[in-house]
Amino acid sequence: MDLYARRRLSNYVVIALSIMATAFGLLWLALILGTLLVNGIGAISLSLFTQMTPPPGSTGGLLNAIAGSLLMTAIATALGTPTGILAGTFLAEYARNSKLGEVVRFINDILLSAPSIIVGLFVYELMVVRMGHFSAWAGSVALAIIMVPVIVRTTEDMLRLVPSALREAATALGAPKWRVIVTVAYRAAVQGMLTGVLLAVARISGETAPLLFTALNNQFWSANLDAPMANLPVVIFQFAMSPYADWQTLAWGGALLITVSILLLNICARMLAAWSSFKP
Amino acid sequence: MNSPLARPMPPDTDREPEPGRTAPPLKAVPGQLPEQMPIDPQSRAAAAASAPALKIDIRHVNFFYDKFQALHDISLPLHDRRVTAFIGPSGCGKSTLLRILNRIYQLYPGQVATGEVLFDGTDILSPGIDLNRLRAKIGMVFQKPTPFPMSIYDNIAFGIRLYERLPKSELDDRIESALQRAALWGEVKDKLRQSGLGLSGGQQQRLCIARAIAVEPEVLLLDEPASALDPISTQRIEELIAELKSDYCIAIVTHNMQQAARSSDYTAFFYLGELIEFDETERIFTHPKERRTEDYITGRFG
Repeated sequence: MDLYARRRLSNYVVIALSIMATAFGLLWLALILGTLLVNGIGAISLSLFTQMTPPPGSTGGLLNAIAGSLLMTAIATALGTPTGILAGTFLAEYARNSKLGEVVRFINDILLSAPSIIVGLFVYELMVVRMGHFSAWAGSVALAIIMVPVIVRTTEDMLRLVPSALREAATALGAPKWRVIVTVAYRAAVQGMLTGVLLAVARISGETAPLLFTALNNQFWSANLDAPMANLPVVIFQFAMSPYADWQTLAWGGALLITVSILLLNICARMLAAWSSFKP
Repeated sequence: MNSPLARPMPPDTDREPEPGRTAPPLKAVPGQLPEQMPIDPQSRAAAAASAPALKIDIRHVNFFYDKFQALHDISLPLHDRRVTAFIGPSGCGKSTLLRILNRIYQLYPGQVATGEVLFDGTDILSPGIDLNRLRAKIGMVFQKPTPFPMSIYDNIAFGIRLYERLPKSELDDRIESALQRAALWGEVKDKLRQSGLGLSGGQQQRLCIARAIAVEPEVLLLDEPASALDPISTQRIEELIAELKSDYCIAIVTHNMQQAARSSDYTAFFYLGELIEFDETERIFTHPKERRTEDYITGRFG
């Protein structure tokens, strides 16, 4: 076999292996999504969005869980976004070459990959134990803590993509540093930063472990942030483990709902990123 | 401190050239240049005859990137309403010198300048200088066009809004006149609200020049402003420089010998961080005193 035939052969072998590896990964994804669709689509109905979680054996929906998830995600986003953006700005604009910046960046990376159950336990000790009961506040804080490192990271990355020539140009006009950041650097990086926030929202909208320890669950409608609150992930967890067929159906419906919303969030993030001048 | 930079800026500095205004409190007169400056009595007399006012006096400036010394004992005058070209091979320190003049180098830790740079008699390297106010008076245009990611209108308004709160109509007028001075108005007057990023490279660079002059500076630093542009855009920039010369002290870094010869009154030749020769442009290009200058401008090296 001559040299070129051998190269061609090894090329084919490697391509075949790569395709098989990709197919192996995609197969499970397709199976998961397919099962979810087949089992969940039957649960999607108007009552899913209009009725409360029922006791076993009676009809109901997921309204309280959907509302609770939306509310806690919104509060977490309101807490986590400014914190994350400010910290990311600090890392990219003020602490680029400093020791402190390196330490903060390192700790943030650890937090980024910290298991969410640890965050749940942390907030349990910090808030639930001291307040004496589970609450939506504690759930929101736990979600915000998971969210912050994601936003810190994307904000820093996006700001670092802003060419330093742009900062120099603004500085050369006599603009003070904060003004350069707010009016020029943010303006150049805004789509990327928004993408990061959306991805962080997508990340927390499926988190279960931190909510088990903090917001717990609530079978009824509750808008009281100082009390346990229903939320989709924990309802799915509870209903899916139950022996009741109607609860299991609702769990499938909730799972499909979460997956579709995360998919939509990701599509939005992608579209934002494609529209942006810099790629994440 | 009674320096012009330590006082708050007057809200609206009138840029009409008035005869008395540009005469600086001369701490150093052009005749008192350090010995190493090879200016013969003849050309000095010629310079004195046309009597351009000294605007910036660079005296014994050294510059360091951490441990590396990029400039060695540079002394050089920049005259008002004259164009001074900095030429020399890459890495010779000409851009570095330009970046000292508005202290933009201070964005980066580890970069240090020593010596004196007298701007209308005030040492701008001294610690008490208000950098933002200094940069309002000494504008800069960079090699690559740097339009901000905002509309053409807001690009120009950005600098103005840093210093002044103007009613809309007055702001409109200022923006129009800046664009007109930068020879861009005719091309953009119908799309002021569109993004500055949508312009061509040459238009973007003229936008950056308009942005710089909208702040009404006294000095313009041009760092290879045409090197990223095609010949026609380059020509327009050069015409623009010739026009702006009547109001500003201009320093331009260029790799293009013809450009230096065409558009400057004085030329400084740098090599390996040293100022080799400074003289009127005509003399530099016809009778350079230094062998290295001659070799460089005739293309024998560099």
